[in-house]
Amino acid sequence: MKSAAFDYAKPATVAEALALKRDHGGGARFLAGGQSLLPAMNMRLDKPGILIDLNALAELNGIGDAGDTIRIGALTRTAELGRSEVIAQRLPLLARCVEHIAHPAIRSMGTFGGSLALADPAAEWPAACLALDAAMIVAGPSGERTIPARDFFRGLYATALDEDELLVRIDLPAQPENARSVVLELARRRGDFAIAGIAAQAVPATDGRLSDVRIAFFGISEHPVRLADVEQAIESGGTDGVDAARAALEAGVEFTSDLYHAAATKRHLAGVLLGRAVAELLNDEA
Amino acid sequence: MSSEREIVFRLNGREERASVSPRLHLIDFLRTRYQLASPRVGCEHGVCGACTLRVDGTIVRGCLFLAVQADGKDVETLEGVSASGELRDLQEAFVERNAAQCGFCTPGMLITAAELMRGGKAHDREEIRDHLSGNICRCTGYEAIVDAIESVLEQRSSGRTS
Amino acid sequence: MSVAEAPGGGYVGRSVPRPQARRLVEGQAQYVDDILLPRMVHAVFLRSPHAHARITAINVERAEAMPGVIRVFTGRDFAEVKTFAGVLAHFQGMKSAQQPCLAIDRVCWCGEPVAVVVAETRHQAEDALDMIEVSYEELPVVVDIETALDPATPVIHPDIGDNMCFERELDAGDFEAALDRADHVIERTFRFPRHTGVCLEGRSVVGDWHSAERRMTVYISHQAPNMVQDCYADLLGLPESAVRVICKDVGGSYGIKTHVYGDELATCALSMMLGRPVKFVADRLESFISDIHSRDHRVKATMAVTNEGKILALGFEDRLAVGPYSVYPRGSAVEGNQICNISGQWYTLEAYRARIETVFTNMGPYSNYRAVGHPVSVGFVEGMVDAAARTIGMDPVEIRRRNLIPDDAFPHKALSGPLFEVMSHHRCMDEITRLMGYEGLRAEQTALREKGVYRGIGFASMIEITNPSAMFYGVGGIRVSAQDGCSVKMEPGGSIVVLHGCGEQGQGTETIYAQIAADAIGVPMETVRLVTGDTEVTPYGGGTWASRGAGVGGEATWQAARALRKNILALAAMITQSQPGELDIVGGIVVDRATGEERISLAECGRIAYFRPDTLDNFQPELMVTRHFVPKQFPFCFTNGVLACHLEVDIDTGLIRPLKFWCVEDCGTVLNPQLVDEQIRGGIAHGLGPTLYEQCLYDERGQLMNGSLVDYLVPTTGEMPDTVVGHIATPTQESEIGAKGAGEAGTAGTPGAVMNALNDALAPFEAELTDMPFTPEKVLQALGRA
Repeated sequence: MKSAAFDYAKPATVAEALALKRDHGGGARFLAGGQSLLPAMNMRLDKPGILIDLNALAELNGIGDAGDTIRIGALTRTAELGRSEVIAQRLPLLARCVEHIAHPAIRSMGTFGGSLALADPAAEWPAACLALDAAMIVAGPSGERTIPARDFFRGLYATALDEDELLVRIDLPAQPENARSVVLELARRRGDFAIAGIAAQAVPATDGRLSDVRIAFFGISEHPVRLADVEQAIESGGTDGVDAARAALEAGVEFTSDLYHAAATKRHLAGVLLGRAVAELLNDEA
Repeated sequence: MSSEREIVFRLNGREERASVSPRLHLIDFLRTRYQLASPRVGCEHGVCGACTLRVDGTIVRGCLFLAVQADGKDVETLEGVSASGELRDLQEAFVERNAAQCGFCTPGMLITAAELMRGGKAHDREEIRDHLSGNICRCTGYEAIVDAIESVLEQRSSGRTS
Repeated sequence: MSVAEAPGGGYVGRSVPRPQARRLVEGQAQYVDDILLPRMVHAVFLRSPHAHARITAINVERAEAMPGVIRVFTGRDFAEVKTFAGVLAHFQGMKSAQQPCLAIDRVCWCGEPVAVVVAETRHQAEDALDMIEVSYEELPVVVDIETALDPATPVIHPDIGDNMCFERELDAGDFEAALDRADHVIERTFRFPRHTGVCLEGRSVVGDWHSAERRMTVYISHQAPNMVQDCYADLLGLPESAVRVICKDVGGSYGIKTHVYGDELATCALSMMLGRPVKFVADRLESFISDIHSRDHRVKATMAVTNEGKILALGFEDRLAVGPYSVYPRGSAVEGNQICNISGQWYTLEAYRARIETVFTNMGPYSNYRAVGHPVSVGFVEGMVDAAARTIGMDPVEIRRRNLIPDDAFPHKALSGPLFEVMSHHRCMDEITRLMGYEGLRAEQTALREKGVYRGIGFASMIEITNPSAMFYGVGGIRVSAQDGCSVKMEPGGSIVVLHGCGEQGQGTETIYAQIAADAIGVPMETVRLVTGDTEVTPYGGGTWASRGAGVGGEATWQAARALRKNILALAAMITQSQPGELDIVGGIVVDRATGEERISLAECGRIAYFRPDTLDNFQPELMVTRHFVPKQFPFCFTNGVLACHLEVDIDTGLIRPLKFWCVEDCGTVLNPQLVDEQIRGGIAHGLGPTLYEQCLYDERGQLMNGSLVDYLVPTTGEMPDTVVGHIATPTQESEIGAKGAGEAGTAGTPGAVMNALNDALAPFEAELTDMPFTPEKVLQALGRA
């Protein structure tokens, strides 16, 4: 399974990268981690005329703690996010995603931005970004723009990125220090894509309930799912709100099926994960 | 068609120069240009782990790493790691415990396991299994591999304190 | 003298590490793709995207103009290569259409080769593949096991009449009477999924034709070099003596690599046509659609049982869905035939009624894969036994104790026909329940149920066919050798070389032969080296399959090495002017048998034999001996064992977590405990796969939907738990070493044990599953939750 031939460029600046993309349009692909692109190319499912290697773009690297915002360069490797003290302290929900993502040799190369731009419905990063109200900083021919996560993930491998745009950075608002988080994933094998997954965070309230509830699902629909009705049901009801939250989930989601699981199964599993996540958020010892 | 690119990199400790076609992945490059046998493919879509080797000290899937990307980098295959003696105890343990049957997954297994050896910490069987879940073996059922790694981790971590 | 009494280091019976493993852990193994020959070129096959279609046109012009392309060939270019079909003459009524190495006018499965590009590099060949233009006229597709024989279903090969490859019925005892007497008649339907071996090293071959000598050397990743020699010579129109087959390191095979594949054969034909070496390596995507698949069964079973747990009768109808051709040369019908021969025969039955139907479809080619038929047979029978146990409220161990053939009742003729020499079902059951702490596990199960944690324990009693005689293939006209040969040579320096017709794919064949030879002669094992996998050099043999390497190959080694020892002692006696009976060989030195005093070294014997024969009056030393062995008394050597599974089911998600396996296996003399145990563990993984994860998923158009490692799920370290292995040993009297086979038992017992554990876990919910693989969705549906 050898890739078809292609040209290769390694721009030194974002501007150069954008210019190359503009020149080659649909025949060009950005190479970030390559962990999804290269398999597709090896299988000849994708045959770009040119690969634009982003790995020399230093400005796409780095995790910066700017107080009320954590800035993550799009090229930051998953493994790096897993090792980062900043992420562990300031965005624990992200840190909790890492162990679920594929396997060590994939995590060493796969990038945060690459995963977000690909928007695989079963991926963890898009759901986590949705839950945390991330802002996607996008560079294009006419300059930079910001796309909130809730507008970014459009559908199956579809994002709000225009063809000539590049995701350069993701800004995440600082989270409450006493927030608890949980990431649960159901898969038949260790490291597989999720059949259904949940990324959830909440702040324990003094009355034993939860406030500032953030819940995003992955693997159950064509894009990650976050519903205000679900979060409100948990905020007002705690464990007792789970049934109402499930009903809201069922009403608000277009469940998809996959090779092995019908939509009804995904609906059931999402409901199970919801209950387990809420239980963990309410009982977190850590 | 696509033109070749010049790269300069280190291969098992030795500086090399080469001219590569962009589409050539690291495994095919190392096998055809340097006739190295331990880099190999089992699936070419990043799942089986047989292609796992080290770039700049980190494990990567060689089938999902282009040769052009090796420019300026340090590439290590089992040939180099073996010659350095870094994994002698693990290789011995694999032989003793019969953790290699057909041997096809073995280079990827050893190089992936080597990452666990760093830091001198002990890891339990769950952690070992977790770390190796991206390396498929169809011969052993994995237990011998986990046993071999566990025994070396124990030896190394106790060796440090004594 | 038995192996147990042999002098020497006493290697047999010890867990000696494999000397070959050193090469593997240092990255110095040599697989076919590592072979580089001068002027070698690469073949890449264009494969049919349709399951059934007429080829109306092929245009290779644009492809041939591509850079680096030598030539592009289509099916018609291989007219000189014979077609083939695996039909066993002793399987009454078995039939198959003839298969060409590349499709000519019609493609019959999605993945069948249609054209082949030969180019300087694989990359260039794949580029040219994109340029081949093929027009197809799609034909109706047969993919449904249930309707394959219906009158309305198209017949794939009209010239053979219908889609039936092989059917067989067996009726023994009075089945109706047994049903009448029974307190309960249990009926169930089981589904076993089509799946495949997934060898990490894809099928690989280099065909190297030397036109001046008119000789073909085939470097191939394969288990049976002499079979390849015989088949390829015949199909390529060459004398047997013109074909040399070399098998070096093989990256996994498990039976997948015991067959003749059209693409590998064509690669050799290409070498003849081009006069240069040609290499073909199947990549992962093409492996899924061109390696043989196996075990696609629907079994409807009936069991008559009394309230006291006595199984009176077992009956079943088993339909299996193979590919469009019976695979060559072993055929696609052996699986069904074995199931007919063995099902339930480890119990004392009064009546047995079996029907198997092997039907052709337009799915991928299908034939023997590790444990051939046994996982299905043991699976459905053991599933029925547990269903019966649940029905009458009896413990699953107890019901087995009441029905397994008593340990002292051998030899035993099974109701279905085969003769069992000696087995130990009850002792194995005693041992496994002891190893498991069975009572404790049951108590724990009860306690955990109170807490909403559902664990299950499942057993599978089993038998496994090993050490086959010529009754397997030879009598059917199939030229797969049941005998094996071993040559043992002492070199001038005293070291020993063992040349063997059986080879090594990682199971440790070469190691056990070294152990046997060392013990048989009386030398340190380090002085013994092995030569296998070269038909030019090794004795004619059958290769490794049906777990025959240890029992058959090992006996040939023992016989040859004992004979060499005798010759060495005769030489040593001549040199030292004593009697052979007064001497012994210990640790590589000839010693006085009575006193242990060293008399002469092997090296000195060698020096005289090879370089100073003038000093030996009327005596010709023979320091190289060949012996062959084939089992004669019993057509097959059946082993027995029992496998147990402990697992946990999450009843909210349907996910199943295997916690532990136990296996107690009786394979006769255990030559190397570690190697045997590791074969059991590896075998269990192959059995666990299709029970929970693996399945070749075909759609109604005959397209394989999950033909990559992303979607075809093989167990990883995360899914395979630890396994405790134990042994009972009832050696076979057929051979001096007494070893039976062991490589497949783990696979045979696992589906049944896992299914029984799952249904045991779900017993409180009266949910039962019999449709493998047991996906989370199926568990939830059985529980009424999704």
